Amino acid sequence: MTPLGGYLLVAALLFAIGLAGALTRRNAILVLIGIELMLNAANLNLIAFWRYSPHPELLTGMMFAVFSIAVAAAEAAVGLGLVISIYRHTRTTDLDEMNRMKG
Amino acid sequence: MSAVFWILAALTVLGGLAAVTLKNTVHCALAVTVAFAGLALLYLQLDAQFAGFAQILVYIGAVAILVVFAILLTRGSETPKQGIFSRSWFTGMTIAAGVFAVLGWAVIQSSQVLPDETVAPSVTVNQIGNALLGRYVLPLEIVALLLTAALVGAVIVAMHEKGESK
Amino acid sequence: MQEGMGFTPQLTASSIAQILWLIPAVPMVASGVIALLKQPARKLASTLAIGSLAVSLLLALVAFGHVLSGWSHGFSVRETVNFVWLPMGTGTVDLGWVLDPLSAVMLVMVTLVGLLIFIYSTGYMAHDENYTRFFCFLSLFAGAMLGVVIANSLLLLFMNWEIVGLTSYLLIGFWYQKPSAAAAAKKAFITTRVGDIFFLLGIVWLFAQTGTLLFYNHGGGALEPDGISAMLAGKAAMGLSAATAIGLLIFAGAAGKSGQLPLHVWLPDAMEGPTPVSALIHAATMVAAGVYLVARVYPLMAAGGTLSQGGAVAGSTTTALTVVTWVGASTAVFAALIAVAQNDIKRILAYSTVSQLGYMMAGLGMGGVAVGMFHLITHAFFKALLFMGAGSVIHGCHEEQDIRRMGGLRTEMPVTFATYAIGMLALSGFPLLFSGFWSKDAILASAHDWHSGRGPFYLLVFGALLTAFYMTRQVCYVFFGEYRGHGHAHESPRVMTAPLRILALFAIGLGIVGTPAWPWFQAFLEDHPAALEFARFNEPGFWPLIATSTLVVFLGLGLGWWFYGNKSPRAEEADAVERVAPTVWGWLRDRLYVDELYGVTVVAFYAWWARVADWLDRRVWGGIVAAVTTAFRGLAHFDRFFDQQFVDGGFDKGCEEIYTGGGLLARVQTGRVQHYLRLLAVAVVVLAAILIWSSPR
Repeated sequence: MTPLGGYLLVAALLFAIGLAGALTRRNAILVLIGIELMLNAANLNLIAFWRYSPHPELLTGMMFAVFSIAVAAAEAAVGLGLVISIYRHTRTTDLDEMNRMKG
Repeated sequence: MSAVFWILAALTVLGGLAAVTLKNTVHCALAVTVAFAGLALLYLQLDAQFAGFAQILVYIGAVAILVVFAILLTRGSETPKQGIFSRSWFTGMTIAAGVFAVLGWAVIQSSQVLPDETVAPSVTVNQIGNALLGRYVLPLEIVALLLTAALVGAVIVAMHEKGESK
Repeated sequence: MQEGMGFTPQLTASSIAQILWLIPAVPMVASGVIALLKQPARKLASTLAIGSLAVSLLLALVAFGHVLSGWSHGFSVRETVNFVWLPMGTGTVDLGWVLDPLSAVMLVMVTLVGLLIFIYSTGYMAHDENYTRFFCFLSLFAGAMLGVVIANSLLLLFMNWEIVGLTSYLLIGFWYQKPSAAAAAKKAFITTRVGDIFFLLGIVWLFAQTGTLLFYNHGGGALEPDGISAMLAGKAAMGLSAATAIGLLIFAGAAGKSGQLPLHVWLPDAMEGPTPVSALIHAATMVAAGVYLVARVYPLMAAGGTLSQGGAVAGSTTTALTVVTWVGASTAVFAALIAVAQNDIKRILAYSTVSQLGYMMAGLGMGGVAVGMFHLITHAFFKALLFMGAGSVIHGCHEEQDIRRMGGLRTEMPVTFATYAIGMLALSGFPLLFSGFWSKDAILASAHDWHSGRGPFYLLVFGALLTAFYMTRQVCYVFFGEYRGHGHAHESPRVMTAPLRILALFAIGLGIVGTPAWPWFQAFLEDHPAALEFARFNEPGFWPLIATSTLVVFLGLGLGWWFYGNKSPRAEEADAVERVAPTVWGWLRDRLYVDELYGVTVVAFYAWWARVADWLDRRVWGGIVAAVTTAFRGLAHFDRFFDQQFVDGGFDKGCEEIYTGGGLLARVQTGRVQHYLRLLAVAVVVLAAILIWSSPR
């Protein structure tokens, strides 16, 4: 296993964990946490690939990851605001009970 | 593969696992902070110092705090009666496992073509600054716009409810 | 065939010939106008009718004068006015009218007798409420009859022929509420129809052979040499030429209209109509139309035969003319026999008419156009006289028609008696003074000299005997003896007796134009100059013939007087002759069972055929229709079943499936975010797998 491969595996594992959390936990905030984990795993992927790319001086990977971090932060803020807003409406953060959009 | 990598990797993964399996939501928030920290250290190990410090500043310094605030505001620390996992948790697990299988398999399959060792890049802040305002100025400005929008949106989403429930 | 001594054809018709069409048209127009009048407008109706016929009479006299002047100057007159009526592809069907001696003579006779009868009708029908309708039909008849006379085209003749038949039907059945009258009208129409069918066949065949229906057309007509030779060239069955066959077919039509032997059954029944109708139509004019037709197409009938003595138009020897002769002679005797035993005053006269028509046909067949036509003209006058006299008698005896309930009217109705006696003597052929003698004698003369034997001669002589006998019987019953009727007999009004007087004059006077000493009539028709030839009296065979006919007439009159004289048998008693020969009398009284024969054969066949047709219609055609209906209904049922089960069912099922499917698919939308996320993840996995697998290693 090359070093790059190792990093990639870690990222994949972290991604799967984050996905599992997003898919299985009841609490909406924990779903957001899972999403953050997934984003971070992707960032790791990006940095790893940047590090082992033929032209790291282009800074492509790092820039990508930095912007990803910025966007993730914004998204986390908005998402949590939404969760709080929903909590005010329904007095719960349990996702299993939020099926008003049922077809 | 140095030992540092293994330790950091283990830390990150364990932190993530803890984040999705602990019962207490606050504990989950703290665990995910540990995961964030581990990731930051991994970035540092990968000679992406700027990314690592940005990770610490943004994720640990802002996102994690936000999560905690949200937990506190929504009384998420209380354990729900039906349990922490949703009714159909097994399906979710399976799917996650499937995803990991695919990704892992892809990685292992292509390990021959992955580059081995390369020279560590030396990245100065000057270069990053130049890059940001040179090559990546457009994404920068757009991200600025995005952040503004997110800021305004979050305030609006969170504020209106506050007004009505009063 | 007329050759050399033919008529010089005029290229442009004279003015009278140009307006000849007015003669039939004016009465027809008057008829149309009367048809629009209301029933109470009686005076106007009769005035219109009489006025129109008077106009026609005037024009006819002018035409006659024109022909007469031409003839007396030595050149013959045959003027035709033809016009194209129906263009058909390359050919045309033409119509037209002709003015020649034959048509001129007929025109004058028809209009004169018709006018007298019209005037008579105003008195006879004065008490009838359908007076207006009567004159409408009479006018139409007069117009159509005149149309038959002047027609130069067989088609125009046929059209007018049919209208004549129609008006005859309408007038016979004038009192249509009487079932016997309605039946008689139907019988007349159907019987003449049988003749008309053959007539029509003849017309079609003639057109096929010659390509034209005109009689005379400056050389191109059917009766002119080219047309005749075309018809002679054609072949018919049994070795006859087409000319003979066509002639026989046309004669069949004439036989129907003129009541010759097998088709005579309608004439006696036609007496159901009012007496003026019987006088005009069934004595003088319509029944004469058949004789006129044969005279008109005489060149055709005589085609191909050799000329007998006397010249072109007299006595040619052809099969057609032989048939005409024998039919005429047999009819003459047959009808005369039946007339002997009848008791209705009009029926006796009707059978007498049939008999005299037979004489005319025989005369045409043996002696030619002039002989037949002379008897037609004289017969028209005295038969009309007799019928009108009978009408006067009926009117005077309060509508009684049985002669056994009349009698002694000699004193009560003197004018009627005198004119009736003149007519009866003319009919019997009383020698020298009366026209009937000369015309009948001409026929007997030609029969005596006929090349094919003496059979018709003997028949005609016997017929003359019978004629005298039954007329004497009738006069004795009606005018002699004592009155056996009810009520009081009275003379008829002036308006009825005046025409009687005029006709009586003609009955006497017309004979003069036909005597052998001065054969004016024959000369006029045959177009050669007439001279007063007393030398004729010395021809061989002349006096024996006159002696024979005189003897026969006196024998008949004597026998009649001896049997019936002044005696007055009541209705219940047997007739004098009946006592002598009851079985024969019975046959004669029952009209020799001709009607019964027809009833058993033709009528029964027709009724059977009607039943067959009804069965066919109801069972077969009706069955087919019912089957088709049932098939359609079955199809409709099947269609509905199919529609309900498959189309509706299928459609409904399909919709249900879609609904269910939609319901199933909607279960994906659980409303729970994590489920959506799962789907996303699965999709990603699948896509990644595909990408990895499909990427080249």
